[in-house]
Amino acid sequence: MTDQTAGTAPAGLSPDEARRADAAHTGPMLAADGTPLKKSLARALRRQKLRALALIAPLLIFVLVTFVVPIGDMLLRSVQNGIVADTLPETVETLSDWDHDGTALPGDDVWTAFYIDMWFAVERKEHTRLGTRLNYELTGMSSMFRKTGRQVDRFDTDVYGEQFVALDPSWGQPQSWAAMLDGPAADALPLTARTWERWKDFNAEEGDKVLEEDIPDFLFTALYHDLTHGAEVEGVSDRLSAAKAAAAEFEPVDLSAQFADADEDLGNIDVWKTLQLYSPRVTSGYFANSVDMQLTPDGIEARPENQQIYGILFKRTLFMSLVITGSCILLAYPVAWLLSNLPMRTANLLMILVLLPFWTSLLVRTSAWKVMLQQQGVINDVLVWLGLVADDARLTMINNQFGTIVAMTHILLPFMILPMYSVMSTIPPSYLRAAKSLGATNWTAFWRVYFPQSVPGIGAGSILVFILAIGYYITPEIVGGNTGTFISNRIAYHISSSLNWGLAAALGTILLAVVLVLYWAYDKIVGIDNVKLG
Amino acid sequence: MTNRATLLASAALVATAGMASAESHMASDMTLVSWGGAYQNSQQKAYVEPYQANNPGVNVVWDESSAEAVAKLRAMNEADNITWDLVDVVAADAIRLCDEGLAMEIDFDEMLADGDDGSKASDDFGDMLVSDCYIPQIVYSTTFGYRTDMVPEGADAPDEICDVFDLETYPGKRALEKRPINNMEWALLCDGVAKEEVYDVLATPEGQDKALAKLDTIKDQVIWWSAGADTPQLLADGEIFMGSTYNGRLYSVIEEQNQPVAMMWDAQVFDLDGWIIPTGLSEERLARVMDFVKFATDTQRLADQAKYISYGPARASSAPKVPEDMKMHMPTDPANAGNTFLYNYEFWADYRDDIDAKFQAWLAQ
Repeated sequence: MTDQTAGTAPAGLSPDEARRADAAHTGPMLAADGTPLKKSLARALRRQKLRALALIAPLLIFVLVTFVVPIGDMLLRSVQNGIVADTLPETVETLSDWDHDGTALPGDDVWTAFYIDMWFAVERKEHTRLGTRLNYELTGMSSMFRKTGRQVDRFDTDVYGEQFVALDPSWGQPQSWAAMLDGPAADALPLTARTWERWKDFNAEEGDKVLEEDIPDFLFTALYHDLTHGAEVEGVSDRLSAAKAAAAEFEPVDLSAQFADADEDLGNIDVWKTLQLYSPRVTSGYFANSVDMQLTPDGIEARPENQQIYGILFKRTLFMSLVITGSCILLAYPVAWLLSNLPMRTANLLMILVLLPFWTSLLVRTSAWKVMLQQQGVINDVLVWLGLVADDARLTMINNQFGTIVAMTHILLPFMILPMYSVMSTIPPSYLRAAKSLGATNWTAFWRVYFPQSVPGIGAGSILVFILAIGYYITPEIVGGNTGTFISNRIAYHISSSLNWGLAAALGTILLAVVLVLYWAYDKIVGIDNVKLG
Repeated sequence: MTNRATLLASAALVATAGMASAESHMASDMTLVSWGGAYQNSQQKAYVEPYQANNPGVNVVWDESSAEAVAKLRAMNEADNITWDLVDVVAADAIRLCDEGLAMEIDFDEMLADGDDGSKASDDFGDMLVSDCYIPQIVYSTTFGYRTDMVPEGADAPDEICDVFDLETYPGKRALEKRPINNMEWALLCDGVAKEEVYDVLATPEGQDKALAKLDTIKDQVIWWSAGADTPQLLADGEIFMGSTYNGRLYSVIEEQNQPVAMMWDAQVFDLDGWIIPTGLSEERLARVMDFVKFATDTQRLADQAKYISYGPARASSAPKVPEDMKMHMPTDPANAGNTFLYNYEFWADYRDDIDAKFQAWLAQ
């Protein structure tokens, strides 16, 4: 169209200007039904795209639901930390003002908030879960929450209720509380009002009616706290004014002492520092842990040397994956060459030999290597029989890096052979013959003519093998010993044993990022267009 | 109209059919989770087969997932789709599941059968009740086995835990579990720490370093195992001189495979294995599971299990009923239980993450 309009344009105008001039002259080009052609075309294209989308929709939805969403959800866990704020909302709120640099434990308001939060957490059996979470950061939190949970409803706070009721029996009636906190008193008594709402929600969850339940101790505690901390109750109600005047004379309960009785660790300032540090809903703590650092109130710092492990493991995983990829290339190249150059019958037989182990269970193949490589195993026995190795100096070839590399090279070899074979089988043998007929030696013909054409196969195989190797888990677990384990073994440990899914997610995210960066680097250096799977 | 009539009629039919069965409120399918192998087999024979004989029509499916039970239950709970009815786990895992709110709390006296000597379930199980959610079945121990044919000439057979650390008298490889639990205790014990003080010492960073330093003396002679079947295999192959594993595994190496292996019971660590019921089961399924658990953990059933595997029953009232020829293989037999440890659940619940990080860092160096 552009060419046409350009063709009819007056001389001296650029094609673009000509088209504009043309359009101004004749108006927009119209389709058969009278709509502008441009619009009609766009609509047709859109319809086509939608149809294509509808056709791939099942696959797209499948991939989204079973792949992208779960993995995304798992990766998000590496920063999520809502559990502290969800379990201890009031504590987190009041603790944000506490000065962690000082040597003083948090004040009265934090203890009151913690008492109320713990009561709800214990009733919902959430406190031990929080204890497990915080135990990853500070040893001892797990049993601290468990012990404190057992004591919380046995605190001496019932004296508040007795004193309020002695002052005015109506304090014992839930109706009077409901009426009071429906009115202006709610603004004057913020903690009491919030706690009352939680108490109502809690009863709704349990299927109980709040107006039929006795007023719990912690509500009296909240009321006492509000009244003794400058609540403006003048003119709200006479009952409240009287209560405020009397509360100043009430026998108080020292909550910090009650908690210290339940578990002495609560008197440890580190516990509160940790709680404050992990209050936010989003934390960098997991990522810090996964690079051998730790979050402290003063920022991120390195862990003590005897706890650093992830750096070693990441480096080892990368190094060993590279060695495995390299040894796969060395072993696979001649096999792929044979496969693509032998007569069909022999090549097929060879192909079956390549595929047979591929179809055998991974566990069987790994265990077979154990039998082969162990000190009383086949290879050592043969070496001793041949007299190459003394009986009391048998070689250690398993439960170390060597064993892992051997077993994984064997297991991943087909992933290298197959793409190499499919590339090599497309290289016409006549090229080599032509090179030789022009005077090249065998080596030159191979290195200058054949090898460059087989590089895309090496590239594809290397990417496959390297990415599979870097996330390998079962083989290093079985034959890795202590020097041959990978980062994925630690990830598996955190998923299934320590239940520290946040840390596992952070380690997984880093591993994914490393793979993506390497892929990018590979694309820059070799070029991803140079990869051919067939 | 006809549609509605058929609907009503079939509804009535279903209702009568339901009433005909006395147990209409109980589900007829049950998924039990266990460890597979000889252990699961003993449960099948001692618990499930007699139960099915009493309740024909109950269908039991086994899932061999106990090793990953905690993680899988957490995932099921997050997906709000619990497919397991009863899960066999070790005590440490049960405590974690209970902490996470993934296991149901048990009212022991209410839900479990009394002992046949008339004692209440909570008294009959006694100290074995280490968590509110956990119904113990058996006591097993982690202990050492050694090759009798590899004992050096002139030396006595190893009979105390510190022989593990004595490379001079007993050269050869050892197999230890690839985790700090048990190994750290043994190391401290052989580094001169008194048994009562082991956990006080292990709670301090200096104590942890001390234990690792002791383990360092044998580090290059150790093969680290992570599956219970590893040590028996390594012993049978002659790869190691001695190794730790579960006593039932050693029993089958010695008694069933007739390998030249013997037990060294010194400083064995007792642990429990038992049931938890996942939270969030439907009423029918829960009713069935409760019925089964009450049957499967009574005095006779726990004693019966000892016929098939050398683990001691968790009920005191079951002990006299254990077959005579199995008694000598039980970890709790007085001849074997001269010097024992009990897995310190509370300590390891707190220190597991911390000490494991140090242990693994030490291993990787």
